[in-house]
Amino acid sequence: MNTGWLIGTALIAVIAAPLIGGWLKGIDRRLTARMQGRWGPPLLQPFYDVIKLFGKNPMVAGRTQTVFAYAFLGLTVTAVVFFALRQDLLMLLFILFFGSLCLPLGALSVKSPYSQLGGHRELLRFLAYEPILLLAAVPIALKVDGFSITAILEHGEPLLPGLWLTFIALLIALAMVMRKSPFDVSSSEHAHQELVGGVVTEYSGPYLALIELGHWYEMVLVLSVLGLFWAAGSLWWLSIIIALLGWLVILLVDNISARLTWSSMLRFAWGAGIGLIALNIVLIHLGWM
Amino acid sequence: MGIMNRARIKSPWLLHFDCGSCNGCDIEILAALTPFYDVERFGIVNMGNPKHADVLLVTGPANHRNQRVLSNLYEQMPEPRRVIVVGTCGCTGGVFHNCPNVLGGIDRVIPVDVYIPGCAARPEAIIDGVVLALESIGAHGK
Repeated sequence: MNTGWLIGTALIAVIAAPLIGGWLKGIDRRLTARMQGRWGPPLLQPFYDVIKLFGKNPMVAGRTQTVFAYAFLGLTVTAVVFFALRQDLLMLLFILFFGSLCLPLGALSVKSPYSQLGGHRELLRFLAYEPILLLAAVPIALKVDGFSITAILEHGEPLLPGLWLTFIALLIALAMVMRKSPFDVSSSEHAHQELVGGVVTEYSGPYLALIELGHWYEMVLVLSVLGLFWAAGSLWWLSIIIALLGWLVILLVDNISARLTWSSMLRFAWGAGIGLIALNIVLIHLGWM
Repeated sequence: MGIMNRARIKSPWLLHFDCGSCNGCDIEILAALTPFYDVERFGIVNMGNPKHADVLLVTGPANHRNQRVLSNLYEQMPEPRRVIVVGTCGCTGGVFHNCPNVLGGIDRVIPVDVYIPGCAARPEAIIDGVVLALESIGAHGK
């Protein structure tokens, strides 16, 4: 692996991830509309939205919030590059967490009550899903002897048969990362809900576009981590199908469920998510998985 | 037509403000957002947040109480933006034109780009009005 190859891989990941993420978001909006008996927007709608936002005049409530918008995008892109270069899974997760933390920091830096409330709920959302993502690295490390993504890819056989409990826990975490029902307490992204955008209420124009781009990177990254469960071995292309199936399940659940309160979300995430991972670790130690 | 203009026309986010209309026009606006008319086909989304909105839909006549709120909302919307008045009351004051508390049409307070008359304006007319406002963005490019 020479330097040119590394830079090339990183560049491809940085360019391809938002294209895939925006396209998935377009399919998401179309599928959601169909499930609600509507026709839905064109598949390229998320790209139109983001391009339009970049063309609006910048308007900020405070200089600090713009710094956090750039930091969110920058750190999330860094995490994607870490994944593309097959670096350490734990390091990648910590960079992702640091990036995500910029959103509530930006929201709490302005005085708008919607923004403040959204920021606090966003922190509660982190409390719910970050332990799941972090602990999910433990059973993977037990299986492949190390936290690096290279070790997972060089592991002879797919991880899913031995780690399906962890996979389900990660699906729960993915629904929280994507702010989908029943875990959308921090965003209430649709209009005329109580927070009118939550953490992004005070962001507008180009800064909102930066955050949206960051969300696409974030979603692609977590889907890629799901794909790692079948990435080793000869049938590696099944990993894409598995990640997309997981994503479809989350869309379906989003459309058939109402929002949980933050305490129920926390109880569910820690009970079901961490419970499944702990059970998986115990079963690995007993040699049953 | 540049890619930016195309994106602007394809992605109008609405902010709906009721200046004190009888709710007839507001119900028609919300009807346009239901699955029957489904304006999300055209990328139109009802945002409820002036900082995210491109188009301000106003119903009802301007009066001494709501003119401050109306101009505040208008100023919070980043450029390029368009203002659409829905219903006869918003256009001219309508049946309230000679009430002591009423200033008249919305254009007494903020600049208006498109007037949609009707009591109440029909959802089809509202969609036509939004399209007209977007065409003006496409023509001017700002």
